[in-house]
Amino acid sequence: MTTTAARTRDELAGEAAPITLKVNGEPACLAPRSTLGDLLRSHELDPRLVVIEHNRVILRDRGGYDAVALTDGDLIEIVHFVGGG
Amino acid sequence: MATAAEPALDTPFVVAGREFRSRLMVGTGKYASNDQMARAIEASGAEVVTVAVRRVNLDRTKEEGVLYHLDPSRYFLLANTAGCFSADEAMRYARLARAAGFNEWIKLEVIGDGDTLLPDVAGLLEATRALASEGFQVLAYTNDDLITALRLEDAGAAVVMPLASPIGSGLGLLNPYSIRTIKHRLGVPVIVDAGVGTASDACVTMEQGVDGILMNTALAAARDPVRMATAMRLAVEAGRLAFLAGRMPRREVAVPSSPTVGMLD
Repeated sequence: MTTTAARTRDELAGEAAPITLKVNGEPACLAPRSTLGDLLRSHELDPRLVVIEHNRVILRDRGGYDAVALTDGDLIEIVHFVGGG
Repeated sequence: MATAAEPALDTPFVVAGREFRSRLMVGTGKYASNDQMARAIEASGAEVVTVAVRRVNLDRTKEEGVLYHLDPSRYFLLANTAGCFSADEAMRYARLARAAGFNEWIKLEVIGDGDTLLPDVAGLLEATRALASEGFQVLAYTNDDLITALRLEDAGAAVVMPLASPIGSGLGLLNPYSIRTIKHRLGVPVIVDAGVGTASDACVTMEQGVDGILMNTALAAARDPVRMATAMRLAVEAGRLAFLAGRMPRREVAVPSSPTVGMLD
């Protein structure tokens, strides 16, 4: 039996339930232990060009998304600037 | 290419502590292509460009972000709260925009009616007060009502932005008297936002003495946005200079320009 620390994320994924949450209003399902950084990478989003609201709180540390763990029921909004008047 | 009237002919255009050369601000919406938008904005000579805050489209990824097509080190970004129908919603968008890290400015719109896009004055005042106290430079989009404009200034607005006519209508300056009165009475800059349709509208608007104009659809919906942007640049300069120069008095009768003496028998 290996220790938790020595196990890979894939091994853990087989044991823990996936995270269900909402991203930009749409239901999403992520691997266990996913972070906001993982979510951005999965959509190929540049963290410098988006702003994120996590459960209605704006995240001001845009370099720290890898430290933000996601949990069931989270509401994530990812916004950016688009053309407008 | 000159982007503004000769400095010696005009007073500095200072908004919220920043000085600009161009009195024309432009939006980035509704262009046929991003390339067309970039060329039109360049032709307009504008230094301040507005952008909107929206959800990232997770299915299409990054190409739709306006900053992929517009250099944020070259233009001063003015985020708006377009589409917000309450003070709370507008404040949420304003805070998201500020978190993008460019500046503290917000073009505040609190819309009261979907058909006319006229502002909800009560919500606008509430949001202006709250955001100004949070350190925002609030540029408040409002109607052409003097009392609302005065209240917005009291509430801490850095700029009051009365409409010429409804957003996207292109109807031109419907009430020159109101705009002139607002400019006359306010201490903060007055920048007319919305309704300008063509170059003559921009010129007449600037002739009222306002500090600047913000427009979007007049450029984006022109048959040739780059030409119209050039026309608007010149019209804003022309109207500004005409205002500073002071027009001749109107007369109901003709007055000859040539001598009345020295005529032949």
